[in-house]
Amino acid sequence: MNSTRCAACKYLRKKCPPDCIFSPLFPASDPQRFAHIHRIYGAGNIARMLQKLPAHLRAQAAESLSFEARCRIEDPVYGCVKIISQLQQEIFMAQSQLAKTLAQFQVFCNSLSIADPQFQHAAEASSSFIDQGPRSNHL
Amino acid sequence: MASSSSYNSPCAACKFLRRKCLPGCIFAPCFPPDEPQKFANVHKIFGASNVAKLLNELLPHHREDAVSSLAYEAEARIRDPVYGCVGAILHLQRQVQKLQKELDEANADLWRYACSEIHQTVAGVSLPPPPPSPLGPRSTEALPLPYQRPPSFEYSPGSNLSSEVVVEGEWAHYSPPPLQLPNYALPQNDNPSGN
Repeated sequence: MNSTRCAACKYLRKKCPPDCIFSPLFPASDPQRFAHIHRIYGAGNIARMLQKLPAHLRAQAAESLSFEARCRIEDPVYGCVKIISQLQQEIFMAQSQLAKTLAQFQVFCNSLSIADPQFQHAAEASSSFIDQGPRSNHL
Repeated sequence: MASSSSYNSPCAACKFLRRKCLPGCIFAPCFPPDEPQKFANVHKIFGASNVAKLLNELLPHHREDAVSSLAYEAEARIRDPVYGCVGAILHLQRQVQKLQKELDEANADLWRYACSEIHQTVAGVSLPPPPPSPLGPRSTEALPLPYQRPPSFEYSPGSNLSSEVVVEGEWAHYSPPPLQLPNYALPQNDNPSGN
């Protein structure tokens, strides 16, 4: 029997039963965490989602839901999707820069290999990198 | 965005909820009747009343973007009930780190080959350090991302099982599904979020 209610039951002003699904995931020491999740998803939806998962995965699910809820509260329009968009942009920029650098490298090695055959191998290696082409940004 | 709350075409939300789609329905501009799955997903994860509350707190010109991002998050959560969008964020973070490392190595190689020619012609000259990366001086540990993965939050197939837990059945070997979400492009004007 829980002697203290979990953060969820405290917030919802109800008894915290021994088999409360929220109890292991929302300790009373962090009431804000449940408040955020409840504000975005609702306690019923959270309970339903957690019930469909096996016990050993619920902590990670609660953690990711808590993060997404915090992002949505901070940014009500884009939530955590803004982070995804920014990361996709970073990947695109990094891939473009990498292709540019490898192209420069190939030009350099080609010019050196003409002057000195020991750079022939480096020219061929960079050429094979460039031939792979830019990778898709698609997740 | 034409309102679909006409008498002959309820919006996807009102159709789903089996209610009359009144003029001024807050869902009508963002959930057209030809996209029923969008509302179904959003309702499954967030709930219609929570979505209505969220949209009511936003200015009208922000609502379409908000619904797009909610639909994206809902779809991610349906595909991956454990990690949702966070799984995508972790995956992309790793990609960024990998690319940054490749870029640093490529720059170092380029610099090394460039300097080796100088070294050959001017004996005894020590190679200067490579220039900073064109993307900036940040390291992989300094990515300005708000999500700090807790140590137990490992995202890789099969690694989210504790060695002490015995799991059977369909969840015994849970691994996040392959990511198939499209790119999410923020609008060009990138309005400030919030009210």
